[in-house]
Amino acid sequence: MNPPVHAMNAERQLLLAEIAEFNAAYAHCIDDDQLEQWPDYFTENCEYRIIPRENVDLGLPAAIIFCDNRGMLIDRVVALRKANIYPAHYSRHVLGPPVLIKSEDQIVHVQSSYLLLQTRMDGETHVFSAGKYLDVLERVNGVLRIKRRDVVFDTHRIDTLLATPI
Amino acid sequence: MKPGDIIAASVPEAVDARVYHDSDIFEQEQERIYRGPVWSYVALECELDGAGAFKSTFVGNTPVVVTRDEEGKLNAWVNRCAHKGALVCRALRGHAADGSFVCVYHQWAYDAKGNLRGVPFRRGMKGTGGMAKDFDLAQHGLQKLRVASLCGMVFLSFDDQVPPLEQFLGPDMCRYIRRVFNRPVRVLGYARQNMRGNWKLYSENSRDGYHGGLLHLFYPTFGIYRPSQESAGEVDAAGFHNAFTVSKPSQAGGYESYQSEANREMSGGAAGTEMLRDPSVLEFRPEFDDNIALLIQSLFPSVVLQQIQNTLATRQIVPHGVAETELVWTYFGYADDDEAMTRHRLRNINLVGPAGYISMEDGEAVELCDQGTANTSGWRSLIEMGGDDVVDHVAPIGLDENAVRGFWKGYLALMNGAAQVQS
Repeated sequence: MNPPVHAMNAERQLLLAEIAEFNAAYAHCIDDDQLEQWPDYFTENCEYRIIPRENVDLGLPAAIIFCDNRGMLIDRVVALRKANIYPAHYSRHVLGPPVLIKSEDQIVHVQSSYLLLQTRMDGETHVFSAGKYLDVLERVNGVLRIKRRDVVFDTHRIDTLLATPI
Repeated sequence: MKPGDIIAASVPEAVDARVYHDSDIFEQEQERIYRGPVWSYVALECELDGAGAFKSTFVGNTPVVVTRDEEGKLNAWVNRCAHKGALVCRALRGHAADGSFVCVYHQWAYDAKGNLRGVPFRRGMKGTGGMAKDFDLAQHGLQKLRVASLCGMVFLSFDDQVPPLEQFLGPDMCRYIRRVFNRPVRVLGYARQNMRGNWKLYSENSRDGYHGGLLHLFYPTFGIYRPSQESAGEVDAAGFHNAFTVSKPSQAGGYESYQSEANREMSGGAAGTEMLRDPSVLEFRPEFDDNIALLIQSLFPSVVLQQIQNTLATRQIVPHGVAETELVWTYFGYADDDEAMTRHRLRNINLVGPAGYISMEDGEAVELCDQGTANTSGWRSLIEMGGDDVVDHVAPIGLDENAVRGFWKGYLALMNGAAQVQS
């Protein structure tokens, strides 16, 4: 990533603050176990991938979760609630500030780091995943939604399994 | 308790749970199984493209490197410098620029075959230092392994007496491998997961057809699984290896017809009432000359080869420790797949892997068994579904534990010191 070339201005500051708030709300949605609301953060024809950095670095496309519409996100939540079996746990996302890549009209390209801590029912907290969001956000009816989110994770040896979204 | 006593207390249909926890047994497995008369899967040939290509991996818990040399041949050696034992190769994969592998510590240099080619200051300087005059490079290469491949699947063995690969796998397993690798493949990516449990718990899991519709509730929840699907399980003569096959739905409409049928039949929030908003995740595009929509092949001791719908993958089992098992998924498609087919495979991958709709529970099952059997003394498991023997063919699957008993039959024979077990 190159050093920023734009002087900070009010418009840019507002946009970054808006994205930071959007991401914070997204994280709380997951961490507060309100997964039914999670797909609402996305546009209808969104893409959401959780992909190991190993694959990204090799130019390989396989993701461990790959959804290319909002219906698939809803399916994931229904499956987690009704079908899949996984260790009970709390998630806690800690997000880095968003960095603007480019912004044009209704589309914003942005990325930010995340740290995802997991606490299982034995009460111990571990780093479950570290990585970054590579996002394309779209302004829909005046508010930001995710058109594309690639969750690129460094922690490529997943601890047991991945059930809840990042 | 000595390892031998724990093994002696175990039979294929009832295993002393200390086999999952005893560190002496884990050490003995490394010697008698992983460094013994077996072939361990480590790579696909297409991952080793061109002279100097290499991949670092493990056979059991021993770090090894597979390489392709100047002549295009595959080689493998233990990743341990003959000098101080340092890892020679520090990258997961790549190309050694001039085909040489140099230990960073003192720059001892090896070729792709594992031969020692150079030792800095070997002759000392101005009559001082250096190695003894009779130091022979040829005597200090890296420890080499045998390499064999079948249709692009690469296997290694430490044992000079191991039967040829195809004989070790047996004709049925070779047939299914040839089926999947009927044309050149291309890697789509990797996924790795670490299970906090013993490797044998996963080996049992992949041979256990009984748990399919019971643990993996995605099938019944979305009304996908039908007991009426044709299925079979085949075990080789030694018991080591197993292949499960399940046919695709015979009705028009495929899996979606199952789903709508199930939704008509059931109501009121019971299992089978959920509809997938996007059933494309389940779609199966026939691409073989048969009706098999699911093939899960467990090849002793270190790999599962799968075709689930259109997901093709190897799952390499790496036992890092007695209760630490890494599963490395290598997803692949065919080299001649077009963009639409690749995208379809990527969508199918939602079903499998560490976050897979029908596979994530396996990691949890391994850990539950690990936790439940810790600190037992003499407690034995009960593996008697469908009898207490091992037969070579079972149909349909899901009502027996034949292949799990097969695994233990082969395992116990090796742990009891059998020099060779053939399929």
